[in-house]
Amino acid sequence: MKALIIGGGTSIYFLCRNLASRGFRVAVIDRDPEVCGRLSRFLPVEVVCADGSDAGVLEEAGARKAELVLAVTGNDADNLVACQLASMEFGVPRTAALANDPENAEAFQDLGVPSFSIAEVVGSLIEQRASLREITNVLPAGGGKVIVTELVLQENSPVAGKLLKEVALPENSLVAILIRGEETIVPRGGNDLRAGDRLVLVTLPDNHGPAIRAVTGERSGTGGGV
Amino acid sequence: MRRNRYVVVAGCGRLGSGIAARLSASGDSVVIIDREESAFAGLPPEFSGFRIEGDASRLSVLKAAKVDEADFLIAATGSDNVNLMAAQVAKRTFGVARVLARVYDPTKEKMYSGLGIVTVCPTSTAAEMFFRVMTEEPSGRGEASL
Repeated sequence: MKALIIGGGTSIYFLCRNLASRGFRVAVIDRDPEVCGRLSRFLPVEVVCADGSDAGVLEEAGARKAELVLAVTGNDADNLVACQLASMEFGVPRTAALANDPENAEAFQDLGVPSFSIAEVVGSLIEQRASLREITNVLPAGGGKVIVTELVLQENSPVAGKLLKEVALPENSLVAILIRGEETIVPRGGNDLRAGDRLVLVTLPDNHGPAIRAVTGERSGTGGGV
Repeated sequence: MRRNRYVVVAGCGRLGSGIAARLSASGDSVVIIDREESAFAGLPPEFSGFRIEGDASRLSVLKAAKVDEADFLIAATGSDNVNLMAAQVAKRTFGVARVLARVYDPTKEKMYSGLGIVTVCPTSTAAEMFFRVMTEEPSGRGEASL
């Protein structure tokens, strides 16, 4: 499987690694020679230093065999045209364009180009968190590698009335603190959980959603398939 | 006399300012858009249309130009991609009946001309004209037009 990423600067480093770990051969097209130099030094990807909205460049980067094209430059018109060329000229089955201007996301949809906007993705994440009324606080720690969530157990929580050791939390998640009235406890398996308890959960981003669901019973954190 | 038309022109370079001035002089209502305010200096003093400073590949700028009410949109910025995006958005999102885009890249011109946009490619037009002149009999007839 081949994936093409157009633009995005050095911030696509982790995206490239992620795609590579899922079995994609990744090629990057970027106009900035400095970005290209750095990416090719640190990643086992093919790097083409050119305009990714040019049909010749796309072909050279392997668009004909690509399964996926992501256009994430800072210019919405470039992203749109790159995706349209990829799908219409080279038959790429899946494309997505970044809409830097969130309003343009709507226009891209009208034109049949799947799009996403950072403002919307982040906004919907915040909304999902906020829509769970029991969550009072979410903060990233360890440079975004860890999420600390504070929440209050409701009456209908599936874990209320259970011992901590009876609760099936996903891997890499932890109830770090339990606050009950004036009492603050670092809980162990033998501690029970009750409605009204305030918990501080520590999770990794991957299992943040499952951990919250396990504790609240509600569905959250399902969106954002970017 | 024909009805007064409402035309939005994106890009106030040589092509954009030239066509905007001409349409305005012949009685059309014209709005011209450019990212740089200084570009409007290229318009003749008698130009009576509106000027909007902004990026024609932004929906809000096209809305401000009331593209939804336009009879024509002419995309003539220096960027093929901006022109293609403005033209498509005008057509699909705002329902403009007739849109025209200048596209330098012949590959893109070919692809987009199938999408309901009138594309004009100076590169292939010039190549075509050069080729025609060079294959004509040197009878002297066509030379006057050069």
